[in-house]
Amino acid sequence: MSEKRPSLSPARFLSARRRHRSAGLVVLLFGLLAVGSAYAAFAPDDAVADNSAQSQQIEEGKKLFAVGCASCHGLNAEGGANGEGKMAGPSLIGVGAAAVDFQVGTGRMPAMQPGAQVPRKTPTYTQEEIEALAAYVASLAPGPAVPAQESYDISKATDEQITRGGELFRTNCTACHNFAGRGGALPNGKYAPSLMNVDPKHIYEAMLTGPQQMPVFSDQVMQPEDKRDIIAYLNALQQQKDPGGFGLGRLGPVSEGLWGWLIGIGLLVCVAVWIGAKGVKAKGAKAE
Amino acid sequence: MSDKEFPPPVKYLDDRLGIAKIGRKNLRKVFPDHWSFMLGEIALYSFIILILTGIFLTFWFKPSMGEVEYQGSYSLLKGLHMSEAYASTLDITFDVRGGLLMRQIHHWAAVLFIAAMMVHLLRIFFTGAFRKPRELNWVIGFTMLFLGIIEGFIGYGLPDDLLSGTGLRITQGMIGASPVIGTYLNFFIFGGEFPGDDFVSRFFTIHVLLIPGLILALVTVHLFLVVYHKHTQYAGPGRTAKNVVGYPLFPVYTAKAGGFFFVVFGITALMGALLQINPVWLYGPYNPAEVTAGSQPDWYMGWLEGSVRIMPGFESHFWGITLSWNLIIPALLIPPAFVTLVALYPFIEGWITGDKREHHLLDRPRNMPTRTGIGAAFITFYALLWIGGGNDLIATHFGLSLNNVTWFLRFAVFIGPVLAFWVVRRVAISLQRADNDRLMHGLETGVIVRSPEGKYTEKHAPISNYEAYSLTAHDRMLPLDIGPETDDNGVRAPRRALNKLRARLSRFYYADAIQKPTTHELEAAHEHAHDSDEIHDISETETYREVTSDRS
Repeated sequence: MSEKRPSLSPARFLSARRRHRSAGLVVLLFGLLAVGSAYAAFAPDDAVADNSAQSQQIEEGKKLFAVGCASCHGLNAEGGANGEGKMAGPSLIGVGAAAVDFQVGTGRMPAMQPGAQVPRKTPTYTQEEIEALAAYVASLAPGPAVPAQESYDISKATDEQITRGGELFRTNCTACHNFAGRGGALPNGKYAPSLMNVDPKHIYEAMLTGPQQMPVFSDQVMQPEDKRDIIAYLNALQQQKDPGGFGLGRLGPVSEGLWGWLIGIGLLVCVAVWIGAKGVKAKGAKAE
Repeated sequence: MSDKEFPPPVKYLDDRLGIAKIGRKNLRKVFPDHWSFMLGEIALYSFIILILTGIFLTFWFKPSMGEVEYQGSYSLLKGLHMSEAYASTLDITFDVRGGLLMRQIHHWAAVLFIAAMMVHLLRIFFTGAFRKPRELNWVIGFTMLFLGIIEGFIGYGLPDDLLSGTGLRITQGMIGASPVIGTYLNFFIFGGEFPGDDFVSRFFTIHVLLIPGLILALVTVHLFLVVYHKHTQYAGPGRTAKNVVGYPLFPVYTAKAGGFFFVVFGITALMGALLQINPVWLYGPYNPAEVTAGSQPDWYMGWLEGSVRIMPGFESHFWGITLSWNLIIPALLIPPAFVTLVALYPFIEGWITGDKREHHLLDRPRNMPTRTGIGAAFITFYALLWIGGGNDLIATHFGLSLNNVTWFLRFAVFIGPVLAFWVVRRVAISLQRADNDRLMHGLETGVIVRSPEGKYTEKHAPISNYEAYSLTAHDRMLPLDIGPETDDNGVRAPRRALNKLRARLSRFYYADAIQKPTTHELEAAHEHAHDSDEIHDISETETYREVTSDRS
């Protein structure tokens, strides 16, 4: 029956249904589609892509956080307690991306076990995952961001800057980290870790965020170029060969005393025993 | 000898200096042979090395606190302002040919010098070589050790780097803690407020002139007294308190001691070449506002550092005066007390034992259990304080808490020496028992014999006469007898209380010591051993080619 009906022209088709119940909705949808397409056509492409990528990264970070971090730091990074009411992990709201990049990038987080201090170890997460976690934590509240590459770029450091970095290092850092950056003891089993073979970025971030026992040296207190000079001095120190032979760990007089007694006096006493045991060979006769 | 014609140069000198007479007497001087008699030589030789390398260093070192801008070849410090002392130390290190090697040999020799003196002192102590007539030589030797430590510490302060400055700052704090005079003393030593401009030049004169001169003079007296007293020897067949058995100075000891000098020099030079010591360039110039972790003195001041480190922070205030017990006790009371006890030990022991005889035969440490125990207690006390001086490195390297290390040491410095005394004394007594067993029953042969009654016994073989002689050469030790309370006329003996204390100490000194068996006991024991068949005689062929020289 319907096929016998003369076919309606499109205009007639629309006109016939213009008072249909859902006509308004359809028009609205078409309008939105048109505006949306126009926006998509005219607005800068990347902003949209970035936005969605960033939210995606934050989302990904949130998932990683829920799996790897939330058991101590709380599901929303608000900090958490262990079963005995003691703090298991501090709140991470406002610590910023730099703190996450340092803690996870040096392998300190996720921590293996509670203790006086969380040690450095091989990182568990890839750089992408670290960035996702950092983005998530940074999205919670403003905090120090991961420093730009040029702020810790020491490839162009001059000798003057390195010397200046040495003075700053001796004034601010050696009291805990030792004159050669080999680390030192702090109360109750805590310690200042060795600064050898640490990524310049992580040294910068440590100064910026003050992890564990370390005080914060914010960019207002210690200018970014001060930080860069210190990193340059540390790098020069690490590159420098020990001109006086084996460096004995660059730990100071304690290891020197140990070597003096074990090697020096030890060897000399051995020689004394040897000379003392040497008899005198009388002519033509065998002594002893 | 006089009929023999000397070659012309010797004759020339002999006519003017009489060297033939001196030589004839002294070149044939006999010294006994034992490795432990060469420990003092290490100290003497390292002192010679110190003088030689020290002279080299004075050619370039500028003992001045004048401020200069460093322009040497060490780039990490270039352009920094520092004292001339530190700048010249850097120049010696980086710009003077062989300078770093000389500096390192000098420093290692200093480490070995004091260590060797201390090991030598321990040898003298444990073998009783300090007894009459050598008490004064003990005191001289001890004074040299003391001067050597001061000398080393002042040398450590000279380069004016961050480490040495920190060390001096601590010393200044200790001096400042002396009640009433502390501040005056500091101003006197440093010529004003620390660090001032004077200390490097003052310390330099003390370091290169005053103390080395004193040590050199004391070395001369020390060695002269060794020659005069003649060397002690260990007990053995043919060795008595009246002779010295050994080899003549020339040629045997000339070769041995001369060779040993080169070995000491060689090992010190090797250490200087291969092991880096005191890398002053890493510390940077001294600045009172800076400090570094790992600030420690050289090893011989470590026990003093530890004593200060483990002391709780007590202070009292009254009448506007602060008494810093946290420095007075560990730095101004304990070290002098310890040092005085060690220096006066020969007199203390002599008074307690009442032994006024001359001794030229050395004790085996086991035969004087109480003295050996006291020595162990002193070593333990010293070592625990020493560990305290490195408590931070012990904490980081063994994964311990710094506070736990410190608290452990606070108790251990009191308990440790008592334990060490008790354990070592009992070990010595057990060794005495073992010696007596050897004497009375002989060696265990491992041969088990079954008697007709079915009894199993182990065969013992008698020890050689030589060994038996050596094992019984020491005296029987009896506590001091202070005589009766009153004399025949009923008059009370004088100084009774003091003498009673002395007797009690003497009993303590000899209590539980095992006396060597009497002849009668020995014979009885051997009689018993001979009742069944002898396994075999241990035959010994020993050639004694040594020279015996009379003591008189």
